[in-house]
Amino acid sequence: MHPVVDTWVYLSASPLLWLTLTLVAYLLAFMLYRRSGLNPLVNPVAISVCMLLAILLGTHTSYHTYFDGAQFVHFLLGPATVALAIPLYEQWGKLKAHWVALVVALLVGLTVASGSAVLIAHTLGASPRTLASLVPKSITTPVAMSISEKLGGIPSLTAVCVVITGIVGSALARFVLNGMRIPSHAVRGFALGLSSHGQGVARAFQVSEEMGAFAGLAMGLSALVSALLLPYFGRWLLALLT
Amino acid sequence: MIEAIATLLIYQLIGETLTFGFGLPIPGPVIGMALLLVTLALSPALLAKIKPTGTTLLSHLSLLFVPAGVGVMVHFARLSEEGFAIVAAVVGSTLLAIVATAATAAFLIRRTDASRAARADARD
Repeated sequence: MHPVVDTWVYLSASPLLWLTLTLVAYLLAFMLYRRSGLNPLVNPVAISVCMLLAILLGTHTSYHTYFDGAQFVHFLLGPATVALAIPLYEQWGKLKAHWVALVVALLVGLTVASGSAVLIAHTLGASPRTLASLVPKSITTPVAMSISEKLGGIPSLTAVCVVITGIVGSALARFVLNGMRIPSHAVRGFALGLSSHGQGVARAFQVSEEMGAFAGLAMGLSALVSALLLPYFGRWLLALLT
Repeated sequence: MIEAIATLLIYQLIGETLTFGFGLPIPGPVIGMALLLVTLALSPALLAKIKPTGTTLLSHLSLLFVPAGVGVMVHFARLSEEGFAIVAAVVGSTLLAIVATAATAAFLIRRTDASRAARADARD
């Protein structure tokens, strides 16, 4: 074989190549995002996923091979979830002052997020497994995947729905919240973190520290509350529809 | 940095151990987060040690979703059948969740602030 082909065959099967490309794609996408003045519509996750899809489909590389390298990035979701304790701790005072309002908003928001996703998909004729996969779509990936599994969904499809949710929420929240005339960074952050989990938190931290902390708070609380209650709510809702 | 990474991993490990050992419904990292929060409340000195690394990790949280997002390529078949329903459900429910959460929080915070102000006025 030609030496270039040999090198490609060797590298394309190694974790190094796909790990490196994941980071490079993200850095390029983030550069575009920064160039745009942090315009929420120039979403770095959407752009990097599209770049990587083009490369993988163009080179006939399987997701399995890709994930061998990318898993090192994916793994960090766990420690990052633990690290959410930091903004939670720092904003504890503000949380305590408004805890009733925030807990009620959390429960309302979670019910609307899951309930409306399942109802819309059901109305449009989605299959039961797809419905189950949609129940936890607004919660951070590790929690969402385990709930999906419990409900008879497809965890990897849930992970994709979680990512699309994060892209949609962090891209559009600004316009929705401006339309609602809500200036408070605490409320805006809380809505972002609840609806769009980690990607909403990342977006919120780029706007302000306070917004980021409230987004982190919403994401952490929703992961905690969802892990406890969402399997029951999901089972009830799915039984009602199917 | 190493100290911070080790701390985060240790809390995750404790969380996973508890989840697995007791068959808890809550994922390990979430238990780890709750335990770290309690630890920070008990010994605030830990904060300075883990904050720089923790903040770096959180500010690039979106990078961590890229590998799962690329997983969409495994589901092209399902998406070509149910793609419209899935995308409509995800987009619609996300916008509704933003509206519902923000409206509820803003309304209740305004009410508690107003009643606190009223109480403060009554004292004057």
